[in-house]
Amino acid sequence: MEFILGHLNYWFVIVLMMTGLYIVISRGNLVKKIVGLNVFQVSVFMLYISIGKVTGGTAPIFPTDLQGKIQIDPTIVYSNPLPHVLILTAIVVGIATTSLGLALIVRIREEYNTIEEQDILDQDAATAHAENLAHGDAMGGRA
Amino acid sequence: MIETLINIALFAMLITTAFAIVRMDHLFGVVMLSGVFSLLSAMLFVTLDAVDVAFTEAAVGAGISTVLMLGTIALTARREKRVNNRTFVPMLVCVVTGAVLIYGTLDMPNFGDPNAPAQIHVAPAYLNDSIEEIDVPNVVTSILASYRGYDTMGETAVVFTAGIGVMLILSGLRHRRHSLRQRLRLESRRRRKLAKRGQT
Repeated sequence: MEFILGHLNYWFVIVLMMTGLYIVISRGNLVKKIVGLNVFQVSVFMLYISIGKVTGGTAPIFPTDLQGKIQIDPTIVYSNPLPHVLILTAIVVGIATTSLGLALIVRIREEYNTIEEQDILDQDAATAHAENLAHGDAMGGRA
Repeated sequence: MIETLINIALFAMLITTAFAIVRMDHLFGVVMLSGVFSLLSAMLFVTLDAVDVAFTEAAVGAGISTVLMLGTIALTARREKRVNNRTFVPMLVCVVTGAVLIYGTLDMPNFGDPNAPAQIHVAPAYLNDSIEEIDVPNVVTSILASYRGYDTMGETAVVFTAGIGVMLILSGLRHRRHSLRQRLRLESRRRRKLAKRGQT
């Protein structure tokens, strides 16, 4: 029972992660793929933050007195601040990559007039086919 | 005990939201649900003592990224085209990967264990020494800006690069649209003229 309760958080996180992965690989809409990536990313953040949690701990901020001097109280337990720092960095990098992906989607829509993966692949195949035909004729049907 | 219950409730809401994202094909709803997902995860971060992460996630994940996605669907499409083919292979991949990951967690220390390897390596040094060395009450701040300042510098470089990338990809979008519209207008005018000439 203790083992299950102690690992439940990780398992929930993995379920969320796999939901994100499923959205990314099973849906053809590019915006939805980005949403799936976001879900996956946030679940990784949750995993890291779960690892940093200490039972009975509190946020790693020292109490100060009225003059702003830091009070040291050895009875207070603090959670691990290092994962928090890493994830703060990761959140900001994540929004940067998300915005780049969304910009690419806008550009793709401008070029192909669709944001569905299958339609884009079909258009590419049609273009390649037409070019093959054209060049093949020019080279005597051998290309 | 109450914390465990809150955790389980929040995770239940998160999983429900994620499944709703899978099933929904209105992109507006999907984007809103992803905002809800971020906000719920921010609440979870508060219960896990990561208050800095929580407000960054609430501001960036639920705020900025939702706005960016809304802008994208305004420029592209509102609905997902539903193609009901291959769901078996992705499902299989996800189940297998998830099973392997869960197998991997079996070796991990219990949640909240104060003697876990993550807790006894470098974190106590930060907690003990940062008062003397940095003198900032928030340990996360002193690590972010001082001990691991190079990380933050790299992060700034990444954000800068991504900003340049977005600008380069989207630059001239309005111009191209404008010229396309103009071309279409000229075309239709010419066609109308031709039709008129044909009538007379």
